[in-house]
Amino acid sequence: MIKVKNLHKKFGDLMVLDGIDEHISQGEVVVIIGPSGSGKSTFLRCLNLLEDVTEGEIYVDDELINTPKVNINVVRQKMGMVFQQFNLFPHLTIMDNITLAPVLLKKMTKQEAVRKGQELLERVNLAEKADAYPAQLSGGQKQRVAIARALAMNPEIMLFDEPTSALDPEMVGEVLDVMKDLAKSGMTMVIVTHEMGFAREVASRVLFIDQGVVMESGIPQEVFSNPKNERTKLFLSKVL
Amino acid sequence: MTGMERWFADFGDLFYKCFIREDRYKLLLSGIGVTIKVSLLAVVIGIMIGMLIAMCNLSKNKLIKAIGGIYTDVIRGTPSVTQLMVIYFVIFATVDLDKWIIAAIAFGVNSGAYVSEIIRGGILSVDHGQTEAGRSLGLNAFQTMTRIVIPQAVKNIFPALCNEFIVLIKETAIVGYVGLMDIQKAGDFIKSATFKATMPLVGTAVIYYILIKILTLLLRRIENHLRKSDVR
Repeated sequence: MIKVKNLHKKFGDLMVLDGIDEHISQGEVVVIIGPSGSGKSTFLRCLNLLEDVTEGEIYVDDELINTPKVNINVVRQKMGMVFQQFNLFPHLTIMDNITLAPVLLKKMTKQEAVRKGQELLERVNLAEKADAYPAQLSGGQKQRVAIARALAMNPEIMLFDEPTSALDPEMVGEVLDVMKDLAKSGMTMVIVTHEMGFAREVASRVLFIDQGVVMESGIPQEVFSNPKNERTKLFLSKVL
Repeated sequence: MTGMERWFADFGDLFYKCFIREDRYKLLLSGIGVTIKVSLLAVVIGIMIGMLIAMCNLSKNKLIKAIGGIYTDVIRGTPSVTQLMVIYFVIFATVDLDKWIIAAIAFGVNSGAYVSEIIRGGILSVDHGQTEAGRSLGLNAFQTMTRIVIPQAVKNIFPALCNEFIVLIKETAIVGYVGLMDIQKAGDFIKSATFKATMPLVGTAVIYYILIKILTLLLRRIENHLRKSDVR
């Protein structure tokens, strides 16, 4: 579904991603862990080209996307993204946040989008908040709306960039629960997170990234209980 | 008569002489009309030029950016009276347009430079995460700008724009220089006709004050409406 070949990303002279080759198949839930500054968020943001790629190739559904020939806006419609800071649109109601993109991009009529929005809000347990504004919601509620907003475009892939890092501890659970449901439904997901318990429970594969390269990759039991790489061992000894 | 009574009697006389006799209030009324006409058209022109110049200033193209920079620089670096006279007596010298329209263009050109800086600041004040969220959903840059960034920027800059509008109204008090009879010029005219300075000038000030007070209240209501989504 997503194929990454020899991905390099430089910020000025700083090499943030130093050659990543990765293949993410349909239905996989890939959790990316690693120390801060390791390049894991940058890697995720390269997947939908929110960061432009310095060198290498990214394929989505076997289509090379980091080329001027491709209309990236169309590719992004297949890839939902959830941000650390939620980034809800504060000037729109919750329902309008969700329906804006599908209606504007002519994926649905306004009516269809509202029906779909209602459905999604029920799925994230926020049906009664449709007419509220983002400022009236708690952090956990905002993030659940952000997930619903991304799902409204019927994406094939969902990208999560530290979705619980900006939340108060008591709100982390409600967001992770929504993500677990989503994983169970078969959605292809790529998640950058510091929630090791979640990674262990939900991931079908864990990637450990450090210094811009994938140091270790495997099923969670393997990576967490029996890490092979010295840096993975060191990192896990600090966070577990 | 006590001093107080005398003062009131004199005030009545003066008021009659300056504002009622020879229908002088009509002069002031038509002056109010001119001031409002010129200010309204100028603010519309100012906002349009302001948006254009703001886009120039935010452009990645160096030439376009330079044009925006020079515009703001020149307008801010010269007095508005000079600009008004240059536009009226030089640029529009041979163009057959109503005086008040030419004046409004001059004030719009002036205001545009200041409005452009307000708009640029407003667009930059919207968190970059908003743009990223819009783009990640598949909106293109234009859709993201018009549907997500600008509506938030407008709310942020509305108070500053109102202030610019009020400054603009007061700036128009110099249109007498090109022979338009606005509020200020009407007051001035009454002053010369009656040889009284205090009453016409105070009258002029009071009219401007009331005009701006009404406008302020009106704009405050619009602002409150815009703040609807901030309610917690």
